[in-house]
Amino acid sequence: MVNIAAGSRGQELESVKIAIVGSGPAGLSAAGRAAARGFSHILLEKAPHLSDTIYKYQRGKYIMGTPDQLPLRSDIEFKAGSRESIINRWDDDAANLKINVRKNADVAAIEGSQGAFKLTLAGGETLSAEFVVLAIGVQGNPNKLKKPGADQPFVQYQLDDPKEYFDENIIVMGGGDAGIENALGLAHPDQGNIVTLLQRADGFPRAKEANVQALYKARDEGRLDFITESGLLRIERGQSGESLWIAVVDTKDGEARLPCDRLIARLGAAPPRKFVEAIGVEFTGPDREAFPVLTSQYQSSVPGLYIIGALAGFPLIKHCMNQGHDVVEFIAGNRDLEPPDTPLLQKLFADAPARRSVDQWIDLIKNRVDALQDVSPLQMREFLLSSTIHNKKRGDIIVRRNDIGSSIFAIIDGTVAVEVDPNDKSKTVPIKTGDIFGELGLISGRRRTATVRADEPALLLEIPRNATLKLMASVPGVKRRMDRISMERQVGQIFGRLLSRSAVEEILDRAEIVPLKAGDAFIQEGERSTDIFIIRSGSVVVEKRVGGKDVFLSYVLAGNYVGEMSLFYDGLRTATVRAAIKSEVVRLPGEIFERLLNQSPDLYRSVEALVAKRRKLNDYVEAKRESFSSVVDMHTSVARFLLEEEGLSEATDALVIDETLCIGCDNCEKACADVHEGISRLDREAGNSYAYIHVPTSCRHCEHPHCMTDCPPDAIHRGPDGEVFIDEKCIGCGNCQRYCPYGVIQLAAIPPKKPGLFSWLVFGAGPGPGEPDKDWIERKRKKGEEPPKLAVKCDMCSGIKGGPACVRACPTGAAARISPDDYLSLAGEERE
Amino acid sequence: MTMAQRSDDLPISHEGFLTHKRYRYLKATLVLCAAAIVVYILADRELRPNGGTWLGYTLGAISALLIVWLMMLGIRKRAITAGNWSLKGWTSAHVYLGASLLVLATLHTGFQFGLNVHSLAYALMVVVILSGFIGVYYYAVAPRKMSDNRAHRSQKDMLDAIRALNRELREAANPLDQKHADEVKRAIRLTKLKPGLFQSIDSAQRGCATARAAKRLRKAAAQAGAGERRALEAVTAILERKSALLMRTRRHIRLKTLLQLWLYIHVPLSFALLAALAAHIVSVFFYW
Repeated sequence: MVNIAAGSRGQELESVKIAIVGSGPAGLSAAGRAAARGFSHILLEKAPHLSDTIYKYQRGKYIMGTPDQLPLRSDIEFKAGSRESIINRWDDDAANLKINVRKNADVAAIEGSQGAFKLTLAGGETLSAEFVVLAIGVQGNPNKLKKPGADQPFVQYQLDDPKEYFDENIIVMGGGDAGIENALGLAHPDQGNIVTLLQRADGFPRAKEANVQALYKARDEGRLDFITESGLLRIERGQSGESLWIAVVDTKDGEARLPCDRLIARLGAAPPRKFVEAIGVEFTGPDREAFPVLTSQYQSSVPGLYIIGALAGFPLIKHCMNQGHDVVEFIAGNRDLEPPDTPLLQKLFADAPARRSVDQWIDLIKNRVDALQDVSPLQMREFLLSSTIHNKKRGDIIVRRNDIGSSIFAIIDGTVAVEVDPNDKSKTVPIKTGDIFGELGLISGRRRTATVRADEPALLLEIPRNATLKLMASVPGVKRRMDRISMERQVGQIFGRLLSRSAVEEILDRAEIVPLKAGDAFIQEGERSTDIFIIRSGSVVVEKRVGGKDVFLSYVLAGNYVGEMSLFYDGLRTATVRAAIKSEVVRLPGEIFERLLNQSPDLYRSVEALVAKRRKLNDYVEAKRESFSSVVDMHTSVARFLLEEEGLSEATDALVIDETLCIGCDNCEKACADVHEGISRLDREAGNSYAYIHVPTSCRHCEHPHCMTDCPPDAIHRGPDGEVFIDEKCIGCGNCQRYCPYGVIQLAAIPPKKPGLFSWLVFGAGPGPGEPDKDWIERKRKKGEEPPKLAVKCDMCSGIKGGPACVRACPTGAAARISPDDYLSLAGEERE
Repeated sequence: MTMAQRSDDLPISHEGFLTHKRYRYLKATLVLCAAAIVVYILADRELRPNGGTWLGYTLGAISALLIVWLMMLGIRKRAITAGNWSLKGWTSAHVYLGASLLVLATLHTGFQFGLNVHSLAYALMVVVILSGFIGVYYYAVAPRKMSDNRAHRSQKDMLDAIRALNRELREAANPLDQKHADEVKRAIRLTKLKPGLFQSIDSAQRGCATARAAKRLRKAAAQAGAGERRALEAVTAILERKSALLMRTRRHIRLKTLLQLWLYIHVPLSFALLAALAAHIVSVFFYW
């Protein structure tokens, strides 16, 4: 035991070998290991109970044990189950292991280093420890209200289940996602609550777009109200004729007195980063997504201080618990402990021609593959778990042109050949050891642009989309290198045949990536400029002003380019080009092209031939300027509706309904439910219409699926036919549902199996075709047997012969599935 | 998915069930009917035509099989099995081939009718087909009207909006005196959403408790003092908004009903037809 002088302010509590801060899965598991090992330890938890984050989950929430293949290594038991069963189990385990827990212990400061840490609690007490394990998660401490009356029992900082409250006057404070989601949950019409949301700012800049839209919609429907630029002044007793309690609110129009039976304050939380940095821990970067810099044994830049769990970048419970176990072993000096994922990684490399240890493989990949230079060993291990190793023979095809795929490949050994001309297999460009390929599909979200085959025996590492995106976000070097490679390839793909190597280099050095919001115009009709833009991701619309109106000319997808035509119109822009959705374009400086064209008549002719088709369309519109009919107007407005308002510009395959044919029979929904375990993945009636084209609430299978943004178990993938689907790893967290701007994902429990169609037709057994009704489900289901609610969305009826059931089951032919590139172009022949 | 045709007025247009595969089943029906008529005329020389001749049996067998097959649409619609079938194609064939029975079965009778089970089967068949024509008519005209009327709102949206207006009404009625407040509450309670089956939307609107209350309160507002007038006018405005929404909702329900109502004749009579057809066949073979 070390000897530390008692804290100057407070009383010295105790002195331990290991102090563990935070009793979530990671901290609890660490404490369990320390207790099992017989180390003197203390587990500090700021809440009055263990595992605050999980404790605050909604009642009955089902928690999954992903990733399934990873073994659990902990003294604390963890199996998938309801929130209650897990919390009870952990409480029992903590008691049985005789873990030394101190609840209501909020650590305010940590000073010192290995052997001599001093932890100061919020009350001023201190304790000393040789080692500190920090497992405080990323939730932070919720900000509290400091106004008069805020200590009333009906003022709360969380909402477990919005369905518990009926017929109350409820004020929700805070216009972030948490506040908006709470307000919307409470404002369900069946509950009769009168909900008012107070927001300090003008508008809702911090909340997700989808939530803000839902909020405005709810207000327009009279379900709730919100007041922006407002704040709480105090809570006081109501005067006669008023409700019992009144919230006095400061608004733009003066003071307002709102009846208040309940106040829910969702004022955000102080992120733990500041606290962690104050200890002296370094982070990987300044941005929000950065994690603390850690060794492979979870030791931070402060010797003796270890960081595990969500704060270290691991959101899944099982990872956290394994880390808790391992970190105590590391502290105990167990240097031989292999990480629990080592057997899995050994399996990954089992097919490789050479025998190496996992650590040797990781070193080799890091040293060989240029794009992965800056990745830490810990990050390597993580993305390798979801990666695949391919051992290819000479001539083997690795990816095929027009395949669906957004993973990237790194060449560990050997070279591959890219077929640059789809019509001539012999024309290839080599990619050598250490390079990557496949990044164009990743960036654009579209199909593979070329077939790639092994030129000699090749060893390849395939990294899936999400793992790559995470790497690019957390390691700036990866992103920088990938961006340069992708620009080089895109310029090469479009102009490679026409330009010399040195010209391409010159252009690349001056190229820049321009991010665009939906609607941003980057080429203006009438302007003088010859810059050429390659569309890297997203899509753009080309419009021309005819008779005072913007006429829709064409829709250009990622992987193509625009702006070259001004080279043939004396540098004058002949049309306006706007981003249809959030996009990225690469600006290539026009002067270089002008100079090159002037130097070489051959080049001029080739580029001219390249743009001939577009010129024809432009000239056609010019010629018809005067005689433009209402058909074109209609065409333009429909194009805007579908591409811009309804988001079909980022769709790859969407369901549309011709309202001149739809009889509202809902057979599409019934068919969907019947081929998908009784849950319909589309809502026919909901959604907008324009010119008798109705876009129902149904998945559009976006190029860059929003739903994939933050899926903790990485359960959302794109299938071989382009369908975005959710696999059985789903934990029902609802992230995808919140990220989807089109509201097409629902959380639903699979209903019990229905009797067959024949028994229904003949004997009237069961609820009949389509989604079974609630009553039937409740009668059929045994009490307490409700399966977990998981995310459900359209999978394009993948694997079902005949294709999407919604279309096949439409009796009148109203339903059709379309992708944006097979319709909507003015002249019909103008197609990219 | 490729669109086979692009019509002029819609940038995205689908082939509906009537035009399915460039009228494939209409063409088939016309050929079938023409062939039946030609054969009937050519064969009809010596005997008085009836169901008992070889042509009669042939036409009868084809018609009976057709009827059974036509009724299979109800199963096809609900059995979402895998495979390259399209319900639109089935509907198209159902409509045209169903109509062909008017020719085929009529020729099968040899124009002999009487008060017996045989003619009963024929009569039922004709009623079923005519009700089907009504269905086709509504399928052709109602969807467009429904789309115009609902203006992006789903039925649930409309009902939610009515509920929200009721809440607003109750609140706005608070400052009114007892008599007028009661009138508002009564209007909420007595407003019936669904128009009667044979009632026009206009008359449903005229008889609607909400519209009547709006009228009376507007009158009352004209006579009331300045203080009360404002409150009355506020309530009247909400009542009028609700009345407009009610009209939209009623029209929606009416159109939806029209799209289904004919089925209540079409389907049960089909089963009656099936029974009569069975009786007809059994009696012909066993008792003729």
